[in-house]
Amino acid sequence: MSIDTHLKRRLIGEVARCMVTHAEELTALDQAIGDGDHGLNMKRGFEAVLADLDKTAALPMPEALKAVGMTLVMKVGGASGPLYGTLFMALGKALPESPTRAGVAQAFSAAVDAVKARGKSDVQMKTMLDVLVPVLAAVNEGGEDLYARLRGSAQSAAAATIPMQAVRGRASFLGARSVGHMDPGARSSSLMVTTVVDVLESEGRMTKQDENRAASR
Amino acid sequence: MTAKHKIANNVGIVIVSHSPDVARGAADMVRQMVGDEVPLAWCGGAPGGGLGTNVEAILAAIDQAWSEAGVAILVDLGGAETNSEMAVEMLSEERRSRVVICDAPVVEGAVMAGTEASAGSTLDQVRRTAEELRAR
Repeated sequence: MSIDTHLKRRLIGEVARCMVTHAEELTALDQAIGDGDHGLNMKRGFEAVLADLDKTAALPMPEALKAVGMTLVMKVGGASGPLYGTLFMALGKALPESPTRAGVAQAFSAAVDAVKARGKSDVQMKTMLDVLVPVLAAVNEGGEDLYARLRGSAQSAAAATIPMQAVRGRASFLGARSVGHMDPGARSSSLMVTTVVDVLESEGRMTKQDENRAASR
Repeated sequence: MTAKHKIANNVGIVIVSHSPDVARGAADMVRQMVGDEVPLAWCGGAPGGGLGTNVEAILAAIDQAWSEAGVAILVDLGGAETNSEMAVEMLSEERRSRVVICDAPVVEGAVMAGTEASAGSTLDQVRRTAEELRAR
């Protein structure tokens, strides 16, 4: 999969716009079980990403991802800054410039590990990892209907955080009262994955032909 | 040893809260205990205002409270800790090994750490004193 400036603009721009658009929903989720600033923080961070979009999209993909990550670290203002910042920076560090699906999967895996380390967290703790880990598994599986399964996996994984009890983050203060609400970080991760998949699908990227072409190189 | 020399050799204290009012207030309490004997800096609030923490401001506070003996950071909740860890990772290698984030309540921890630091204690002693307050 070659990642040209047009695709970089769309991927980064649409993820950022999606976070800005869903700010109120994310904040409402966070008001139920956290400190009620997730949407506001993500909006602040991703508005800064949008402001730099021209400059960022001109960089090679790995560098662009690192730049997005650093902007989030510096601008978000809550724990989601270092967490999403680490996700993007680690992804940029591990991603080849023209990645195959296997290359994407490998880089994504490294990024998920980095988020686990940053948050001292893992699955079943009612966090963004409860979405990222199942999505990673779906990427690794690959297959014909990959886009649809990635979307389905992201959505069902976010919904699966509703009955969970929070172990990490501010929601853990609530103990059993955190049960019954979707985790805001799981929701923002699910939105990001869905947006990336939508863009790749509409651009016809990461298709079977693409992989075959990459494999025959 | 001049007073100035002594200050520069004491461990520095950085207070990081989501609220600038809390951070400033905690810093006032430390000052009242230890006067000017300890390098002290605070920061609070998200980039651009509102409750939250700001990596850039944390880096600036570490710089302001820098001491060759090291810097102990006291944080309040969640993002304050994660953002402080991020800031510490962004320091030069030479400084990074001399900054610790204390697992202690921010106000009481800052006062205890400041008092310990004013006695000329090592960074590790300062941290251990603050962490005696850790919630169990």
